[in-house]
Amino acid sequence: MKTSTPADLRYTKEHEWARTSPEEVVVGITAFAVEQLGDVTLVNFDVKPGDDLTTGKAFGTIESVKTLSDLYAPVTGKVVRINEALATTPELVNEDCYGKGWMIAIAPADGKATELLMDAPAYDAHVAASE
Amino acid sequence: MIDAPLRRTSLYAEHVALGARFVPFAGWEMPVQYAGVVEEHRAVRGAAGIFDVSHMGELRLRGQYSKLVVDYLVTNDTKRLSDGQALYTCACNEQGMILDDLIVYRRAEDDWLVVCNGSNRAKMSAHFGQAAKDHCDFEDESERTALLALQGPRAFEVLARLGKEGQELSTLKSFHFRDATLAGVDCTVARTGYTGEDGVEIFCEWDDAPQIWRALIASGIPLGLRPAGLGARDTLRLEARLALYGNDIDESTQPFEAGLGWVVRLDKGDFVGKAALERARSLPPTRRLVGFEVVGRGIARHGYPLRDLGGREVGTCTSGSPGPTVGKNIGLGYLPPEMSQIGERFLVDCRGKNVDATVVPTPFYKRSRSGAKP
Repeated sequence: MKTSTPADLRYTKEHEWARTSPEEVVVGITAFAVEQLGDVTLVNFDVKPGDDLTTGKAFGTIESVKTLSDLYAPVTGKVVRINEALATTPELVNEDCYGKGWMIAIAPADGKATELLMDAPAYDAHVAASE
Repeated sequence: MIDAPLRRTSLYAEHVALGARFVPFAGWEMPVQYAGVVEEHRAVRGAAGIFDVSHMGELRLRGQYSKLVVDYLVTNDTKRLSDGQALYTCACNEQGMILDDLIVYRRAEDDWLVVCNGSNRAKMSAHFGQAAKDHCDFEDESERTALLALQGPRAFEVLARLGKEGQELSTLKSFHFRDATLAGVDCTVARTGYTGEDGVEIFCEWDDAPQIWRALIASGIPLGLRPAGLGARDTLRLEARLALYGNDIDESTQPFEAGLGWVVRLDKGDFVGKAALERARSLPPTRRLVGFEVVGRGIARHGYPLRDLGGREVGTCTSGSPGPTVGKNIGLGYLPPEMSQIGERFLVDCRGKNVDATVVPTPFYKRSRSGAKP
């Protein structure tokens, strides 16, 4: 099964995506990650707006019926928002992982930090290699 | 761990064609899900599901003394069985600890089938083989026996659509079995299962499994049947509070504390572990396997510590997941007897976060018996 990987996002090896805008980096998990997890039943954040995060640090956990996975910050910065809707409707991650199922937004310390992450073709190759 | 290559059942190609995702389980590459755990779980509760459980072990004991060998190795009383009847039981070691949980089938007074967990097959094959030595014939038939589970309220409608023999299976009583020919395949059909639903388990020759699998899928899809993987099997059995060997019970647990005292018959003749179990019975238990609901935001998982409200570690979670039918996050775990009462509040340590939980009655889910003919 192939889900198209949005070309305007950047990606981590741990299957998070990052969408850069002038003021923040919005973070979620990829369709591949969602497919691997199955039915998402719980998203827990270990951070709140105002907290500092560094690249690679866990900011929360996502659980499906069968498993639990950590969520990792793709960039260093300050948490500006978290997706409160996931507290009551975690299935948004299954339904719309690149949209309504976003996780957190970070004000990056370095505005160009996401350029270090994989682009869509590199991420597709990473997924192909891990399958 | 030995990194042996994973084995595949004779249904592997069927699973691939159905879009299964596989996981390693007990040395096998088994389907964990097809469409999704929750969807498959709901199909089994609402209509029917079909599972490939060919990784299970089948041990056959035959001969005049086979009944004595089998009865000596298990805690339940197999003398109560008639031909064509099956029994759930534990097999314990001399210390009264659980070697495996089994279903014992009496084909005839001198012909017994013992079905063990796939993860315990080598151990139980050696255990039964050793005991049979010089007393009766023993054969480990696991390699050539496939096992399918057809479970759910519409399971017998699915069978009925296969023809006359399928229709007649609805007269089978719970925990009884008989030989049948389904979809042209000779098989043994038992009214047993591991989901909390009505249904059957079907034994057949290894290479015959795809034929019967395809027939059951074709018959069942219009009725809402779905292929279901080990993921749904686990959530279904947990809601029904059926123990999983390796999670809830193992060689460090004895039947009484695991709530399996009902399969220990201390009033029968001698059996392996009897003396230890008599002692255990006479002593106050040190812990009990209880069912609980996670009240706070968290999902309990196997191995998570359980704490009292003061934060002291008092037990361990042995199984946990969301319960798709009960609509709650549920689990099983060992707690001290004084904390095992219904309504008792405690904490589940979800990776450092203490989440509120409450002991609740089990099974979490019980099917309505209306329409079923147990």
